[in-house]
Amino acid sequence: MRILTVVKQVPDSNATIKVKGDGSGIETAGLKTVCDPFDEFGVELAVQTREKRSDVDEVVVICLGDDSASGVLRTALAMGADRAIHVNDPKFESMNELFDAWVLAEAIKKDEKGFDLIVCGKHNIDLDSGAVGPALAEFLNVPHVGAVQGLEIADDGSSLTARRRIEGAEEVVECSMPALLTIEKGLVEPRYPSLPNLMKAKKKPVEVLTSADISDADASTAGTDLVSISPPPPRPECKMIEGEPEEMARELVKLLREEAKVV
Amino acid sequence: MASNNILVFVEQRGGKVHSSVCQLMSAARDLAGATGGSVEACIVGSGIGDLANQMGALGAGKVYVVDDPELERYRAMSYATALCSAIEAADPKTVLIPTTFLGRDLASRVGARKRAAMVIDCTEVAMDGDDLLATTTLYCGKTVATFRMSGSRLQIATIRANAYPAAEVTDGASAETVAVAFSLDGDASRAKCVEIASTSSGVKDVTEGDIVVAGGRAMKSEDNFNILFELAETLDGAVGASRAACDAGYQSHNRQVGLTGKVVTPALYIACGIDGAIQHLAGMRGSKVIVAVNTKKEAPIFGVSTYGCVCDLFVLVPLLTQEFKKLLQG
Ligand SMILES: Cc1cc2nc3c(=O)[nH]c(=O)nc-3n(C[C@H](O)[C@H](O)[C@H](O)COP(=O)(O)OP(=O)(O)OC[C@H]3O[C@@H](n4cnc5c(N)ncnc54)[C@H](O)[C@@H]3O)c2cc1C
Ligand SMILES: Nc1ncnc2c1ncn2[C@@H]1O[C@H](COP(=O)(O)O)[C@@H](O)[C@H]1O
Repeated sequence: MRILTVVKQVPDSNATIKVKGDGSGIETAGLKTVCDPFDEFGVELAVQTREKRSDVDEVVVICLGDDSASGVLRTALAMGADRAIHVNDPKFESMNELFDAWVLAEAIKKDEKGFDLIVCGKHNIDLDSGAVGPALAEFLNVPHVGAVQGLEIADDGSSLTARRRIEGAEEVVECSMPALLTIEKGLVEPRYPSLPNLMKAKKKPVEVLTSADISDADASTAGTDLVSISPPPPRPECKMIEGEPEEMARELVKLLREEAKVV
Repeated sequence: MASNNILVFVEQRGGKVHSSVCQLMSAARDLAGATGGSVEACIVGSGIGDLANQMGALGAGKVYVVDDPELERYRAMSYATALCSAIEAADPKTVLIPTTFLGRDLASRVGARKRAAMVIDCTEVAMDGDDLLATTTLYCGKTVATFRMSGSRLQIATIRANAYPAAEVTDGASAETVAVAFSLDGDASRAKCVEIASTSSGVKDVTEGDIVVAGGRAMKSEDNFNILFELAETLDGAVGASRAACDAGYQSHNRQVGLTGKVVTPALYIACGIDGAIQHLAGMRGSKVIVAVNTKKEAPIFGVSTYGCVCDLFVLVPLLTQEFKKLLQG
């Protein structure tokens, strides 16, 4: 069995996001970045699956991003992935999930042996869409199960059973492999890579793919283009409710009914 | 060349239409006004033909129904095939889908299959000539972005709950129903939902509540959450929690709201003993009205709130429940 895990470099959630003056994007200079927390769940799941099973030949990690993204690949290699694929070309810079998924799919198809299991995070904390996983599954023509919180892979590696909870229902989904999963919080707890493993990771192979390697790279982001990005409009100032608790309760209920009209 | 029509995907579970679908109908009506097209709807499921009239009353001229026993439960591949068949039959300019787990999942597969232009979780959509301008939030809600979706492609937008008012119901308005043929190709059977167990408690899932009552570390124990459940039940709402409360074991992380939890945009979010860390705000700052109850008047949660009470939640929450009971139960 061969497992692929997909990771992305994203701004640290505590970082202040500064928008460029002309609204064409965000300032990246000095911006602290990390491996997306959901993707860390994915890497951990891939590594644990290899640790548990004797039939896993390889865990490969792939990332689409610029030079600075090599850090997240190192993290994944230090967590236990065997080798990395870095898809890196200015032509591939986009804020369009369908384009990202298409590029990733083309890169993955270059691997002749193919993958039995592809693991993504449930969503990324930058674009926050959750679109790349399902779209990647579509481009690779494999089934997917989203927001997985429980997983069993059949002994013979031909199918998997995933549990998830979506919008009030607990679902059990059976799926043939190859398949793609997107991972929800709670399935695994990502490990911290040890110092020796960080050192070892430096020796693991990283293959770089550019637009020269990906045929028909002009499928282009055309279709969905950023017009402008700006800080969110300020919310109206908070109305503080004063008085004794009983008065507060009465006043708040009145405002919610008469002013805000939400109850 | 596609028509000028706007197609609304009617998300339903067990024959019950998702509450945000009527909001999508008003977004669709605005867009159709600009394109000169009409509003149409598409329902996918099993035994759901009756819902077509409901959509007629909400303003759909035509309703495409993909009804098949295989579609009883959501599966990404078969639902994508069903929606694509309806899109082929309806040939719309734009497809609107609710921003739910199912909506995001389905839109992404259909978007890829159709090589569509797509934006997930829009707070606003507007036509600009042939193009669709879509506004959404990025980077944990720290920025607002507008995308242009080219008119040369199918446009797919998922619409955030409570971003639009609900469309008005016109009693007696009926829709023309178009049955769309569906055949499960071999591909679609590769993933299969084999079992569904609904939520055990009577309280809604945090993503289902149009009102969410959430508690933080200040709740101090699982038992103490009972006062939040009581308030939520009074309001027919759901209960959420901060990560600190989930990590401490007061609630399961299914209820966690935030960056690594669920993103919710209810009409009313009541944050009790939640400080308002940026990662928590990421999951709820899109809510229409936010109430914060916190003993510390400097708590950042007040910075995004509509109404604030500097008060001990253990004192205020039971009083609020009483007041709401008086109001709602007479
Ligand atoms: C990568 C990452 C992801 C994260 N994801 C999430 C996420 O998804 N969701 C999330 O919530 N957090 C998340 N966090 C954690 C986040 O940074 C905060 O630590 C967390 O939200 C704090 O929870 P809290 O507000 O309940 O607790 P605290 O920060 O401890 O705040 C408790 C609040 O309760 C108030 N209080 C105390 N007693 C009372 C009382 N009797 N009555 C009224 N008020 C009282 C206090 O004044 C304080 O404001 C994440 C962090 C990281 C780094
Ligand atoms: N540029 C990228 N490189 C690698 N993986 C990505 C990239 N973008 C998205 N992904 C994967 O797709 C998942 C969903 O991302 P998103 O649709 O952006 O929320 C993430 O958790 C990642 O695993």
